[in-house]
Amino acid sequence: MIDIDGLRMRFGRFTAVDGLTLHVERGESLALWGANGAGKSTVIRCVLGLHRYQGSVRIAGHDALRDGKRARRMIGHVPQEVGFHDDARAGEALRLFARLRATDLPDVEGALAQVGLRGQSRKRMRELSGGMKQRLALAIALLGDPPVLVLDEVTASMDACGREELVGLLARLSDAGRTLLFASHRQEEVRALATRVVVLEDGRAVRSGTVADVAGVIMPRVRERVAFAQGGNHG
Amino acid sequence: MAEREHDVALRVPGMASNVLHLAGRELRDAVRSRWFVLYTLAFVVLGLGVSYMSAAAAGGTGLSGFSRTTAGLINLVILVVPLMALSAGAGSIASDRERGMLAYLLSQPTTRMELLLGKFVGLGAVLLSSVCAGFGVCAAILAWKGSSSGPATLVWLVALTFLLSLGMLATGLAISVCARRSAAAQGIAIFAWLTLVFVSDLGIMAGAVAMRMRIETLFALCTANPMQSFKMWALLNADTTLDVLGPAGLYASDTLGDRAAWLFAGVLVAWVVVPLGIAARLFSWRAVA
Repeated sequence: MIDIDGLRMRFGRFTAVDGLTLHVERGESLALWGANGAGKSTVIRCVLGLHRYQGSVRIAGHDALRDGKRARRMIGHVPQEVGFHDDARAGEALRLFARLRATDLPDVEGALAQVGLRGQSRKRMRELSGGMKQRLALAIALLGDPPVLVLDEVTASMDACGREELVGLLARLSDAGRTLLFASHRQEEVRALATRVVVLEDGRAVRSGTVADVAGVIMPRVRERVAFAQGGNHG
Repeated sequence: MAEREHDVALRVPGMASNVLHLAGRELRDAVRSRWFVLYTLAFVVLGLGVSYMSAAAAGGTGLSGFSRTTAGLINLVILVVPLMALSAGAGSIASDRERGMLAYLLSQPTTRMELLLGKFVGLGAVLLSSVCAGFGVCAAILAWKGSSSGPATLVWLVALTFLLSLGMLATGLAISVCARRSAAAQGIAIFAWLTLVFVSDLGIMAGAVAMRMRIETLFALCTANPMQSFKMWALLNADTTLDVLGPAGLYASDTLGDRAAWLFAGVLVAWVVVPLGIAARLFSWRAVA
């Protein structure tokens, strides 16, 4: 569903992504894991056609740069934070993006209800919490039923409760067969959502596998604590 | 096969449809931001003031007729409208970029060209309504006071003002594409406005004296400035000779005659097309975040 071949992206002298190749199958949920600056968000932006890159990115066969509109029509995107106008209403934002996605939206409340925002269509953005805005962004991402969801650190600015709710929602979408590509550095998020993890370091994929395969990389502290506790018991 | 089926099911929006929806968003945001309302109010109040003052200066007792008022309004337009249009354009893309909205909009099935045109059309509509409101109130009050001469001149002035505002809007958009921060874009826009309104005027005058500039050069420099071209074209339409503008005006009258209007029209249209083209070119490859 997502095919990335030899992706290379430079900002001046800095190489953000260095020859990345990865393929995401239909229905797969792939996590991009890595420290800040590892290149996760840059990969996501290349998939969305927001950067001019070297190499090839194809979404369901559509080139992300040359056939960007069709490629992006296949994708629902949720960023880390969305800067809606403070006075815009939730329902109005949903209607605008439905038009941009060439999607009929007969039931605004229904679209909001599927992300737990029933009755919020008249609310202005400044009246919504960070978590509610992220759920609104998810409702927008689901407009027109795109087969792929691309998520960039979606829970980074949310509290623990909001995070849990949003991850639960995403898990249900993943279970329903939607393809997910997401960047994260939260272990609980990766454990709950990912069927495969690609570990990025300096723009290169250094490891790939299931959550269990890469546990040593994504959960080093847990392993250190377990090792320390085991050492203490033996001693 | 399955991918193909999904592809057929997903409609891709057309360019015109996206431009109109994005223009609608600009309209709503402009009204919400209130800059549009404040600029329009300022334009109306100053327009009424100029109308009254131009009549008083001419020895009348109140609001003057359309043609004389038009002459007074030209100088007001040169000050207010370009500032309004430059700031509107400069703030649009830079502020969306700052809030992360630019990347979000471009992650939808829309193109950079559609987004830029949407902003141009939306903000152009905002400026048109502001200009119409400003001149409309002046015209209504003049008509109410019994003036009946030459309303066509005022309609022409509205059209020319709109064309000037589109040029300044396109310039503002080009600035906005280049600037990383909204504040920087606004600063550059104000500097551009100052350069066009004051510095070029005074600079040309000083240059003409100090460098013993030839009249052709002086006229070319004046005409290249969209505000001067606007002023000369508007004065021609107000049935005033260009002689009132000094040597450059005299030169235009003597050498170009009726063809001068075409030259001014070409300059104003070029000030719309060239900056918009530059903005589109830069926006097509510049990073969005």
